[in-house]
Amino acid sequence: MLLNIIGTWVAATLTIGILSFLYKDNPLYKAAEHIYVGTSAGFAIIYSWAFDVYPMLVEKFNTNIAAHNHIEAWILLIPAALGVMLLSRSNLTLPALAALSLLMLIFRQFSWILVVLAVMCIAMFIPTLVNPRIEWVSRWPIAFTVGIGSGLGIAAAIQGYLLPQISDTLRPLVNVNNIVVFVGCITTLFYFYFSREHKGALGVVSRVGIVFIMVAFGASFGYTVMSRISLLIGRFYFLFHDWLPIIR
Amino acid sequence: MKFWERLASVDRRVLYLLLSLSVALPLVLKLRSRVRISDPVRQAYEAVDKLPAGSVIMISIDYDPSSAPEVQPMLIALLHHAFRNKLKVIVTGQLPLGLPLAEIALTQAAPQHGMVYGKDYVNLGYRPGYTALIVGIGREIRDYFNTDYKGVPIDSFEFMRSVHTYRDIGLLVDLAHGATADAWVQYAGGRYNVPIIIGCTGVNAPGMYAYLRAHQIKGIIGGLQGASEYEALVEKPGSATLGMPAQSAAHGLIILLLIVGNVGYIVSRRKAKK
Repeated sequence: MLLNIIGTWVAATLTIGILSFLYKDNPLYKAAEHIYVGTSAGFAIIYSWAFDVYPMLVEKFNTNIAAHNHIEAWILLIPAALGVMLLSRSNLTLPALAALSLLMLIFRQFSWILVVLAVMCIAMFIPTLVNPRIEWVSRWPIAFTVGIGSGLGIAAAIQGYLLPQISDTLRPLVNVNNIVVFVGCITTLFYFYFSREHKGALGVVSRVGIVFIMVAFGASFGYTVMSRISLLIGRFYFLFHDWLPIIR
Repeated sequence: MKFWERLASVDRRVLYLLLSLSVALPLVLKLRSRVRISDPVRQAYEAVDKLPAGSVIMISIDYDPSSAPEVQPMLIALLHHAFRNKLKVIVTGQLPLGLPLAEIALTQAAPQHGMVYGKDYVNLGYRPGYTALIVGIGREIRDYFNTDYKGVPIDSFEFMRSVHTYRDIGLLVDLAHGATADAWVQYAGGRYNVPIIIGCTGVNAPGMYAYLRAHQIKGIIGGLQGASEYEALVEKPGSATLGMPAQSAAHGLIILLLIVGNVGYIVSRRKAKK
């Protein structure tokens, strides 16, 4: 209960601190901003450990070793090595090593795969003392990630987006809605046809296309305004409902 | 200084103050506005409503506190609806920060309907993987979620023993503030034909209408307005219903400022030409 009250007061102070920037920059805003940045960074480290490194690497490795599945255990070194290689892009191997050691100490977790990972970090750092331009190594894991992303994405884009949308656009022109969709689709496509100068009939059609595009932008902007106001309502609701019990 | 010129040079802080008052006053005065139910929200409601009791509904919490004012009321209303209709609820998420929000909503809604954790609903928590995870659930949910968010094996929950793939899920609900809604529609809907409804922030809502029109999703709950409509449908008015008069007042003020600003600009330009 007491923790809830403290939490609410801290949240309310930070909310007012952030909103005070609307008047002018001030120390309370600066403090709130720095607390936010610091908390986010801390959370990101714990998050990476708790949701990625520990369950997907350490726990899996330990479970497989305990079950004498040595191949399945040590094969985890491949994604781990790719991760270490990715760190070479910004010379983050040493900070990563420090963070890893710290997390092992904090959570009192020991695993041989983490030791190997630490050795990898050092092995990746040493060449940078001779030649700092080693970031090309990071292209391999990036290529791996791009390959997976493309493989999954291309199929999904065709199967789950392009074909259903094209098929839905090809409707009989028997009502106003279908005619609007047809005209909007064709004229917008013509607007993005840049192989010929937009003059004459092409100019007229592309100008109609830009009207449709502007209507879409307008709808999108209207929704965005609604969204941003909703966030303000959310903060005011918190202040009046949770902090000051004005509305119940 | 002329009137229109003075209007054009109003301190922005005055506008902030006006906007703050337009939001705060309706909240403090607890004003209520009439809620008109739109077709996309009604369709979403009906998709949940027509599921037979005992069906499994999977809700993916793909938003975090930055979008909670808009999306959290949708989750609470949806949970009330699902629990009232005796549906089994699986909660999961693509964002780790969404988990506490899911817990808050579950602890708020479940006891009101006498629902018990593990028997009527489970929270599987967050797993990394994103699109690979979405595709992977189509093969076997246990490849990604063999335990719930507390580490309890999912097979220890009776209703989860019969849930393996999307075929065992009656409806997928994605509550999103980003591109995850597209991912669920394209990867899960496109490949496995899972019935999907989307609840999203206002920013994302316009992009979802194309999916609705192409029958790729069953319904949309868009922004705070959508949330208030869903609250009205389940007859559980909450923060969205309370927030809509403030929303309307703020919109009215913005429209007024747009008109005044443009008239001022046109008048000033005409005077300058003369």
